[in-house]
Amino acid sequence: MKPVNFDYVRPRDVEGALRFIANDERAVKIMAGGQSLGPMLNMRLVQPDLIVDITGIEELRQVEEKNDTVVFGACITHADIEDGRAPDVTRGALRTVARGIAYRAVRNRGTIGGSITHADPSADWISILAALGATVTLRGPEGSRSIPIENYIMGALEADLRPGEMLVSVTVPRLSAAARWGYYKSCRKTGEFAHAIGAFLIDPERDVCRAVFGATESRPIVVADARRLLGDSSAPSAGFDSRLADELVEAGGMADPIDRQIHVAALRRAVEQAGAA
Amino acid sequence: MAAQVSSGQGVGASLQRKEDDRLLRGRGQFVADIRLAGMKDVAFVRSPIAHGRVRGVHVPEELRDRVVVAADLEGVKPIQAVSGLQGFKPSDQPILAYEKVRQVGELIAMCIADTRAHAEDLAALVELDLEELPAVHDMLAARQPGAPLLHEQWGDNIFLETFVDVNMEAALDAPIKVTREISTARQSMAPMEGRGTVAYWDNRMGQLVLYTGCQMPHIVRTGLAECLGLDHHQVRIISPDVGGGFGYKGILLPEDVCLGWFAMRCGHPVRWIEDRREHLTAGANCREHHYRITGYADRDGRLLGIDCEATVDSGAYSSYPFSACLEAAQVASILPGPYDFPSYRCRTWSVATNKCPILPYRGVARTGVCYAMELVIDAIAREVGMEPHEVRLKNLVRPEQMPFDNITRKHFDSGDYPEALRRAIAAIDVPAIRARQARPEPDGRLIGVGHAIYCEQGAHGTSVYAGWGIPMVPGHEQATARMTPDGGLELRVGVHSHGQSMETTLPQIAHEILGIDVAKIKLVHGDTEYTPYSTGSWGSRCAVMAGGAVATASREIAKLAEGIGAHLLQAKIDQVELVGGAVVGPSGSVTLEEIARTWYRRPQNLPDGVDPRGLEVTIGHKPVRDSGTFSYAAHAAVVAVDPELGDIEILDYVIVEDGGKLINPMVVDGQIFGGLAQGIGTALYEEMNFDASGQPLASTFADYLLPGPTEIPAPRLEHMETLAPYTEFGVKGIGEGGAIAPPAVIGNAVNDALKRYGVELLHTPMTPRRVLEAIRNAPVREDRGPEAMENMRGEFA
Ligand SMILES: Cc1cc2nc3c(=O)[nH]c(=O)nc-3n(C[C@H](O)[C@H](O)[C@H](O)COP(=O)(O)OP(=O)(O)OC[C@H]3O[C@@H](n4cnc5c(N)ncnc54)[C@H](O)[C@@H]3O)c2cc1C
Repeated sequence: MKPVNFDYVRPRDVEGALRFIANDERAVKIMAGGQSLGPMLNMRLVQPDLIVDITGIEELRQVEEKNDTVVFGACITHADIEDGRAPDVTRGALRTVARGIAYRAVRNRGTIGGSITHADPSADWISILAALGATVTLRGPEGSRSIPIENYIMGALEADLRPGEMLVSVTVPRLSAAARWGYYKSCRKTGEFAHAIGAFLIDPERDVCRAVFGATESRPIVVADARRLLGDSSAPSAGFDSRLADELVEAGGMADPIDRQIHVAALRRAVEQAGAA
Repeated sequence: MAAQVSSGQGVGASLQRKEDDRLLRGRGQFVADIRLAGMKDVAFVRSPIAHGRVRGVHVPEELRDRVVVAADLEGVKPIQAVSGLQGFKPSDQPILAYEKVRQVGELIAMCIADTRAHAEDLAALVELDLEELPAVHDMLAARQPGAPLLHEQWGDNIFLETFVDVNMEAALDAPIKVTREISTARQSMAPMEGRGTVAYWDNRMGQLVLYTGCQMPHIVRTGLAECLGLDHHQVRIISPDVGGGFGYKGILLPEDVCLGWFAMRCGHPVRWIEDRREHLTAGANCREHHYRITGYADRDGRLLGIDCEATVDSGAYSSYPFSACLEAAQVASILPGPYDFPSYRCRTWSVATNKCPILPYRGVARTGVCYAMELVIDAIAREVGMEPHEVRLKNLVRPEQMPFDNITRKHFDSGDYPEALRRAIAAIDVPAIRARQARPEPDGRLIGVGHAIYCEQGAHGTSVYAGWGIPMVPGHEQATARMTPDGGLELRVGVHSHGQSMETTLPQIAHEILGIDVAKIKLVHGDTEYTPYSTGSWGSRCAVMAGGAVATASREIAKLAEGIGAHLLQAKIDQVELVGGAVVGPSGSVTLEEIARTWYRRPQNLPDGVDPRGLEVTIGHKPVRDSGTFSYAAHAAVVAVDPELGDIEILDYVIVEDGGKLINPMVVDGQIFGGLAQGIGTALYEEMNFDASGQPLASTFADYLLPGPTEIPAPRLEHMETLAPYTEFGVKGIGEGGAIAPPAVIGNAVNDALKRYGVELLHTPMTPRRVLEAIRNAPVREDRGPEAMENMRGEFA
């Protein structure tokens, strides 16, 4: 379990990185925290000629707080968010979720951009960011584009990253003061990837109510208008419609009844958590 | 004769571990820390398939000097671990595969390069021409006629079948009869440090030197010498610090033989450090048992008989030295556990499958046996409507029966099993749990309480092993004790510590007898060149056997020192006595320092008739009876089961343990905690799965789950002390016990929690999915959709 020989560069800016990535004669791989790429290199599942380490790029380590959003550079680490070095406009949602990702050693290095692009369906950022309505910004030879995170994730380990592109930032909407969220990760041991995730946001002032079934076999199942899961009641948990939730995950491609059961339960618990908040 | 004044360092003292000074500072030396000039790295080409015919192994011409294949290994013998039990079919485990491969990960070629990465590059260039054969990965299927055959000449896939019947007929019309099919998953041992070997040929000594983290250096030397056709003096095994063994590091691996063979020819050191993928998929497999077991009882819970068919998945080969039938054949003899009942029948099969050889793992067969037996006892209790502990109390061997020969003629040396159970039941507070269960939990979870009791036969010796006829039969355990000129002491033993703290505990024993400061007593172990022959560390034997040998040797040293002391004090031998590190006579005393100085450096002060043995002895030891010590424990646990997600949380865990005299209680607690963690792994997390073609499905710790610190509860631990009648100080072996009971305890607690559904979980690990499947298949619930879950929550609201 040792990688093949590869060359290594650590450019100083995004343009420099893009120049290396544009090279299509050699197999090039971007490395951020290396927490997912490292094992894949060691198992020789990827055998690049060149590794472009992007953690030396200042722009990707920036956080910009705006009126209604915050923009995280791709190389902000899980620990940056956990420790509050990066501002949190989500009423604690991101910080809480960060704390439950892997182990501290992984969080010290693992980045938000790397986690999303790796596109492991069980990754925590993907589910919570989809619930919050985040978008990702990609830059490449044709310039920049921004898309909702759930569109970026195309399937298991498959992100919509075009040749020559890299993810530069993640934009997260600021929640209003009355917003409530819930996040439930079902896993068997601390630091393990999830077997089911429920993520939920209700932000009446902004007229947003979103739910996510995460840790599926593929893309997260996003319910953009999640009010219908709550029945008529204004108290979220009282009327959680488990049958509808079950239909939604089934329609989302989940055939196994036990899988559906734990995903529905995870979401219901997230909704209850939001109700209690 | 030597007498002792209490110093707080002897037997019974919770002395801090001497080895921790280097280990906790990161200054230990493990195989992978060893750097030798010119050393090269090895990577193996391994079989990618579970079963196939080897049609060709193509090595590019330019790599011929750096790649070794089976044809190169002229004169090297395959590994054979034969059992003398009647009907055993031996297997040849090839060093490098030639005609056939029989498991994923089997060695096919060895590649040598300056780094492991480059060696892996070479491995990728070796082309294999394998004809895939149907594989059999399910032991019950492998037992059936018509199953694909691993070793064609056998005619079936059965290493060994055994059968015992003691008066079974008499129990068959008992009023209560419960039958269960119970199984434990295949596991991987997963010590922190995997296997690894550094090998070189020492020209000056004319010796093949092998550094390898090893529990049994002398046994591995014998096995290696036989495979390579060397004299024993031409092989030296050095086992440096060992980062956990659990049985895996007792085994002679084909990798060792390959490296040894190459090191004899290549003129430079070579090393192989097992990586985690190799460890999980190709090496350290264990535990997989299947039971079809029936318990017979009368209506008040008295056990009348046990009838069992047990199958053990032994994997592809019989591994050295314990053989492929250690587990199954032990099952037959230890299944009755600490219960006294009149009828017993057990048939066992050790079955060959296209998987890694099964290796003895901490607790060996006992974990599966305890799980099967204790689940059946609880099932009987439910059947007769009694509390499970009441059923157990009716059937456990009683203290007044000790020593007790049970139905399989196991000789229980001592103990009060009912008392251990009563204490555990009191500590876990069963009535309080029953009261709690009567009310719904606010979070909707289900509470269960369970317990189990087991005995751990340890340090079983010649009389037990002679009958097995495997390559290794333990005899007298030897120790060398020798005083140094400054009055210190060296102890040399052939067992090796892979976490047992022997650098601390064996000196404590010598201190107890000689009064020499523990800091001045050095343990030398882990090197065949420096230590007396021993079968090594396994079977919870080190404290009893090596400890007993150290005690015996220390007493000899005491006598010798008294002899010299008497000369110096001009007294008669029967007028002197060694007390607290000095020989005391009628008119004064002389310290051990002075005695050692005189013997080694001032011999002119000794008379002609002085005992020529000086201050050095090597002597063997056996307990008064070598049928083994019987430590035992009762464990009890409270769990909460989440019926929606299937998660199981351990809320409380109690252990009441009797290990006889504890040499160092802190060390014993550590052994029990560590074992408990592994037992919880067996119960809830660890599982090595295979697909239909025999491919192992877990190749990293992302797929093979181990419990971590947050999954292990802090157990409440109580000790009882019934001295073993046959051993030095009354010590009993306790090294494996912690790992034996947890699957049974947690299984019984989970089944208690799930009683309302009328279902039981009978397979480890008890994963969320297995919990949920059991609930969904429950006979008492018709509606199984999400609505039903919602309704169920309503029941508690
Ligand atoms: C033991 C362990 C446990 C874990 N548990 C969890 C968990 O519970 N929950 C969870 O969510 N995650 C978990 N992870 C994953 C962890 O969060 C990783 O850090 C994360 O998935 C990858 O981030 P990284 O920065 O390390 O990316 P890298 O490993 O460096 O890269 C991952 C992939 O993304 C690409 N990439 C990285 N950055 C960019 C970019 N800016 N633009 C384009 N492509 C890019 C790389 O080329 C590579 O293909 C765990 C990891 C480990 C090792």
